[in-house]
Amino acid sequence: MSSSPGRDRLVASLKSPRSRGQITAALLLAVVGFASVVQVQSQERDNDYESMREEDLVQLLNSLAGASQRAENEIAQLEQTRSSLRSDTDSRRAALEQARERATVLGILAGTLPAVGQGIVVTVEDPEEQVGIDQMLNGIEELRDSGAEAIEINNTVRVVAQTALVDGEGGIVVDGTQLAPPYTLEVIGEPHTLERALNIYGGFVATIERPPIGGEVAIEESQNIEISTLAEPRQPEYAEPAEPE
Amino acid sequence: MIAGLGLLVGIIVGLMLQPEVPLWLEPYLPIAVVAALDAVFGALRAFLDGIFDDKVFVVSFISNVLIAALIVYLGDKLGVGGQLSTGVIVVLGIRIFSNVAAIRRHIFHA
Repeated sequence: MSSSPGRDRLVASLKSPRSRGQITAALLLAVVGFASVVQVQSQERDNDYESMREEDLVQLLNSLAGASQRAENEIAQLEQTRSSLRSDTDSRRAALEQARERATVLGILAGTLPAVGQGIVVTVEDPEEQVGIDQMLNGIEELRDSGAEAIEINNTVRVVAQTALVDGEGGIVVDGTQLAPPYTLEVIGEPHTLERALNIYGGFVATIERPPIGGEVAIEESQNIEISTLAEPRQPEYAEPAEPE
Repeated sequence: MIAGLGLLVGIIVGLMLQPEVPLWLEPYLPIAVVAALDAVFGALRAFLDGIFDDKVFVVSFISNVLIAALIVYLGDKLGVGGQLSTGVIVVLGIRIFSNVAAIRRHIFHA
């Protein structure tokens, strides 16, 4: 047997084309070829979504919606964080502002900051060199009593809470600095009140202008007194802040 | 001879016309093509076996295509369209392979 009947039939059909079966097969094969080509081409032409079935599209849409939902949640959360950070910054800035203001006030009182303002200039002439710390302390106390906020003597010493006055040769020693008459006190405060405090009966002016001192006091009001001398800030060594009760 | 010509004509017509696949046909066409291919290979095998009958070919061709489309349609309605299509493709693929193996044995004796 040289060849199988199947192969013979195939060769025979190729040689003698006319039969009903052949034509039918040709028709159906044409349909198959046409359909395959159309499908292949539409597959190539389609973008990703067009060829997807409905449920896949729905699933895709759902996942996209979920993703956008998550993104929106994240945006909301981040915005909340941002606003809380911003309000945090604001309150911190306000606190800082307040602290700075307080530091300024305290700095003027402690003599660590230069100060300007209205007040008086007191010039004490002392030809006999009789003015001592008694008179000077009295004067300073009277000035403080009437609301003096900053005091400077002879443009060289700033008078603060810790300032110490000692009698020295040819003048008084303030915080270790030898001063010589005439003394010039520059005081920032309410000018009238300060002047009245010094001129009180039996007060600073009266004591100095009376014998045995025999000096002379000139008081001059000024709208623009500049105090530029600074006191050395001292760290308390023994005192500690107590817990407020 | 004519059968091969028919296949060629179909391919050429498809290439020339380049028709858009209508939307309602889109899910069914791929499965239908595979089912038709199965019918074609089955027919070729039957022809080589000497039991080819054009009526059987036509009926099996049409029923294959229709059943494939029906399965896809049902699958879509039941919500398992993707899986069912895969299953149909697998079954048809196995049949095509076994038919081709038979054809090969006829032609090459191997």
